[in-house]
Amino acid sequence: MKLFAFSARNVKEILRDPLTLGFGLGFPVALMLLLTAIQANIPVELFEIAHLTPGVAVFGLSFITLFSALLIAKDRGSALLHRLYTTPMTAADFILGYTLPLLPVAVLQTVVCYLLAFVLGLSWSPSLLFALVAAVPNAWLYISIGLLCGSVFTDRQVGGICGALMTNLSAWLSGTWFDLDLVGGAFRKVAYALPFVHAVELTRSAQIGAWGDAFPHLAWVAGYAAVVTAGAVALFLRQMRRI
Amino acid sequence: MDAIRCEHLTKIYPKVTAVDDLTLTVAEGELFALLGVNGAGKSTTVKMLATLTAPTSGDAFLLGKSIVRDRAAVKAMIALSPQETAVAPNLSVAENLSLMAGMYGFSKETAARKIAAVSETFGLGPRLSRRAGKLSGGWQRRLSLAMALIGDPKILFLDEPTLGLDVLARSELWDAIRALRGKVTVILTTHYMEEAEALSDRIGIMRDGKLLTVGSAEEIKSLTGCDKFEDAFIRVVREGVAK
Repeated sequence: MKLFAFSARNVKEILRDPLTLGFGLGFPVALMLLLTAIQANIPVELFEIAHLTPGVAVFGLSFITLFSALLIAKDRGSALLHRLYTTPMTAADFILGYTLPLLPVAVLQTVVCYLLAFVLGLSWSPSLLFALVAAVPNAWLYISIGLLCGSVFTDRQVGGICGALMTNLSAWLSGTWFDLDLVGGAFRKVAYALPFVHAVELTRSAQIGAWGDAFPHLAWVAGYAAVVTAGAVALFLRQMRRI
Repeated sequence: MDAIRCEHLTKIYPKVTAVDDLTLTVAEGELFALLGVNGAGKSTTVKMLATLTAPTSGDAFLLGKSIVRDRAAVKAMIALSPQETAVAPNLSVAENLSLMAGMYGFSKETAARKIAAVSETFGLGPRLSRRAGKLSGGWQRRLSLAMALIGDPKILFLDEPTLGLDVLARSELWDAIRALRGKVTVILTTHYMEEAEALSDRIGIMRDGKLLTVGSAEEIKSLTGCDKFEDAFIRVVREGVAK
């Protein structure tokens, strides 16, 4: 009940912020339209719609990181959270209460990307539904990074760190905008040691039903998500005790 | 049983002793004011009693439950109305009240009944559908107090409840606080002399983390030989009159 009440409040906060929905859903759409227009004039294998859609769907999740970080950082800066700390809410209630409302927003973002992809020429296949399933662990990863940042930084700092750094990391190290094999070396090693490229590869493999290829990437994404969530809980607890 | 029993309660921060060896009892149903200039230790005392921050040493017992060892039991019977207006500005008045009802696990029917009751008590009925952030400062404080009371707390902490309010809004809030006398144990922190004198059964005056004296406004005036409470307060703080 406590969790439900807190989640319901967070859903309202998200839905009543038009910037959240506008950016979260609008930016990936604009990106896909732009890159498809470029592809129509200068064909590049990387930007073919079947290859591009998983990358844009995952890149769009970096905005979900920003939203989750902003939500928690703004709450930390307000007296409302102090009031809630004196209620029977536990740290787990807080973390789940911030995470659960963002999951459907993140999955909706992926659904919008794929619906647009159909319009832009993606062929239907039942395995495409698996790409939506893959959106769940990916969303968990990106939301947990936001919770971690929101538990440490102020809402102003979050804007720079999650808004600029996170979107750049997600863009450069995910293999969406250029083939990491073309760069190779240390850059490729670093990229594959981080979860972003695995999130894209997970979606690409799930999209064609190649589960044998998908599972190693799923392990990377879920592993990172679990570790980052544990870190977010620890940091949230720490700042709860530092009032 | 005492509502609150503080035993050598102490809070030491790296550069300052915020609360120094506080020993105090407050009876059930009493309206007790902690009075002092800025930095006296009032808010830190409330934060410790409300389980927001742990004491460095000593303990306090709220209706027999330790704030160190029984935090969950303490949280179930207290409520805090923080110094800053602690409402969710994007939520309506009804949604703010519903959020707090959810924190205490009330069923939908019980929550609706309690929302109706506190709305009537604080005159919030005509404003239930308005966004909390659009209310005036006085009405936000009323809502903040209503949110604190919706969980039927046995002990209520009011941290500077009328700070920044105009005379009329302050007078209205005083009436609401007076109405709680005998029903709920209220710990009020303030640095307004007239507020402490007008509302409280007893007053504790703090300076530099130490409790200098405790008594009714009349007792403190008599102790210091002053006719006006403001003069008595100044004398206590300047000369450090013993308990």
